[in-house]
Amino acid sequence: MSQKDFYGGVDIGASATKSVILNSRKQLLASDVRKTGVDFEACSRESMDAVLASSNLTHQDLVQVFSTGYGRHNVGFANASRTEIACHSKAVFHFFPRRTTVVDVGGQDNKIIHIDAQGRRENFKMNRKCAAGTGAFLEEVAQRMDIPLDRIDSMARQATEVVHMGSYCTVFTKTEILAHLRVGKKLPDIVAGLIESVVKRILEMDPLSGEVVLSGGVIAHNPVMAEMLARHLQHPVNILPNAQLAGAFGAALFASEEPEPTID
Amino acid sequence: MEKPKGSAFKKIQATKQMKELMEQHFREMDEAAKTKSRKVAWCTSVGPAELLRAAGFLVFFPENHGAMLGATRMATDLIPTANAIGYSPDICSYLTADVGSYIQGKSPLSKAYPGIEGPPRPDALVFNTNQCRDVQDWFNYYGREFNVPVIGVQTHRGIGNITKAHIDSISAQFKGLVPKLEEITGKKLDMDEFKRVVGLSRQCTDLWKEVLEIASARPSPLTFFDGTIQMGPAVVMRGEQRAVDFYKLLLAELKQRVADGVGAIDNERFRLYWEGMPIWGKLRDLSDQFSSLNTCVLASTYCSSWVFPALDPDDPFDSMARAYIELLIVRDEDYKERYFEDQIRHYRIDGMIFHDAKTCPNNSNNRYGMPERLSKNHSLPTLVINGDLNDLRCYSEEQARTNIEAFIEQLAEK
Repeated sequence: MSQKDFYGGVDIGASATKSVILNSRKQLLASDVRKTGVDFEACSRESMDAVLASSNLTHQDLVQVFSTGYGRHNVGFANASRTEIACHSKAVFHFFPRRTTVVDVGGQDNKIIHIDAQGRRENFKMNRKCAAGTGAFLEEVAQRMDIPLDRIDSMARQATEVVHMGSYCTVFTKTEILAHLRVGKKLPDIVAGLIESVVKRILEMDPLSGEVVLSGGVIAHNPVMAEMLARHLQHPVNILPNAQLAGAFGAALFASEEPEPTID
Repeated sequence: MEKPKGSAFKKIQATKQMKELMEQHFREMDEAAKTKSRKVAWCTSVGPAELLRAAGFLVFFPENHGAMLGATRMATDLIPTANAIGYSPDICSYLTADVGSYIQGKSPLSKAYPGIEGPPRPDALVFNTNQCRDVQDWFNYYGREFNVPVIGVQTHRGIGNITKAHIDSISAQFKGLVPKLEEITGKKLDMDEFKRVVGLSRQCTDLWKEVLEIASARPSPLTFFDGTIQMGPAVVMRGEQRAVDFYKLLLAELKQRVADGVGAIDNERFRLYWEGMPIWGKLRDLSDQFSSLNTCVLASTYCSSWVFPALDPDDPFDSMARAYIELLIVRDEDYKERYFEDQIRHYRIDGMIFHDAKTCPNNSNNRYGMPERLSKNHSLPTLVINGDLNDLRCYSEEQARTNIEAFIEQLAEK
């Protein structure tokens, strides 16, 4: 490995596509985030081209590119792929090299991963098929209430009380919100209730033992969620640096460490 | 890490004979129902088939039809028809697919065997609730439709140790079925014939057990996916000589594979146990994915559900009672954990996949903390996949594939 070696990671997520470039010291040189859209291959290529351009590199400068995310098998230029579960674990262990519990709140699913002191996964869980408690839930409900996604976090912070949501079904929650609006509940309090609802879905998945690290796009945009989770757990939780890039960063780390593109 | 599809699926030669047998079975039944030459009983899959055969019935298994509806991917289109008449999408999707099939007049039997329109009309419907309560409601639907008797056995649930009281209760219920069966056939039950049928069923089950247990070889000559296909005669023809003959043939082929060092998949790297129902409409996709990951899913609770070592021709009623109450599905959590522990050891299992089937709670053993206990007490990696036996609306292909791939990555890190 020389100083001029560069590695790429692409994460084709359900909502967003993320690309990163790392240098040989595993430092983040550049990143790109864009909506995934409908053409995974084109989106991944455009995202990687953008990140290469911003770091004044070309594809030829990359030793390897690994892909991850739901569209990981659609990235024609990737040398290999890893699941997002592997990549989030990898990224978290890079910054927190010890036993941790990773909580990734993604666009369409949540994952909880237990990592041992050597960085190996002990076990993982993904949420059930239903999207309640994921980014998609927040998106749908925010749209119903005409709240731009980028205002959810600040609005939740204005809450004076949390309006508790009783249902774990997205559709039922929307109906429940109507009832709260009808009786005059304040919007920030309802939004805080929605964030709390996501936190509850996470707590239902696993006891979340030990040190907790949060990753993924939803937490990156709504750090208030980490504060709520910490209050429920009664101990602090960590947010991964550049949490939305965790998948792509982990993929690039794999690219930098594994010469072979398959596990064989 | 996942390699492109390019199946390492190795065909079992005996499958040809199995398919011929299954066709014979369905054609005989169709002929009997149409000509009224023999009485036909519908029986739940782990119901008292031996008693029905000995009483003179040809025996049809609606769950087998349900599985065919799933495997041919007809089920998901037919289930809503049953939902629309009040059968919930949350109850057994064998039931809802089968009722939908009946209402719409669409059956995989007619596609597989030209000339057969669908299941044979029953003269009696005989259930055993050892699996679940849904089978009784399923048969009650057809009892009303065909105006034929629905009779059956109520089995205890959540049993730890099996006691004489359990056996006496089930045995008495089996005996209680006899007068009604004799009334329908117009013949007395021939006890010698009953003993002969139980004896054949025992031979069949012993051979089937041997077939399944050969998967303990490394590499395994058999996958769970093979098992779901090869189990047909053990389910629908137990108690018949031809099922015994078939499993002798299959066993010989598998023994030869072991002798030759031939694995069911290439380069077996990991060995997994499948807990729960098959996802019938996705068997091939899953089989290919595991193959591509050099992973052999080689043992299952499901295929072992037709292993009845208690059957004894000298004591047909009591031994049938024991055989049909010993099943894992009837037992308590402690028994199940001990059973899984034995299986893990016997098959040298690296990890266990639990299929949480949305519409089959009794066959979804992940719902009371079992995966967590196995991980904690036996250091066994486990994975839960959400899906269903027949209703593919409950299955997320991408989530399942990612979960499986991540699970194999996890095993590879060890």
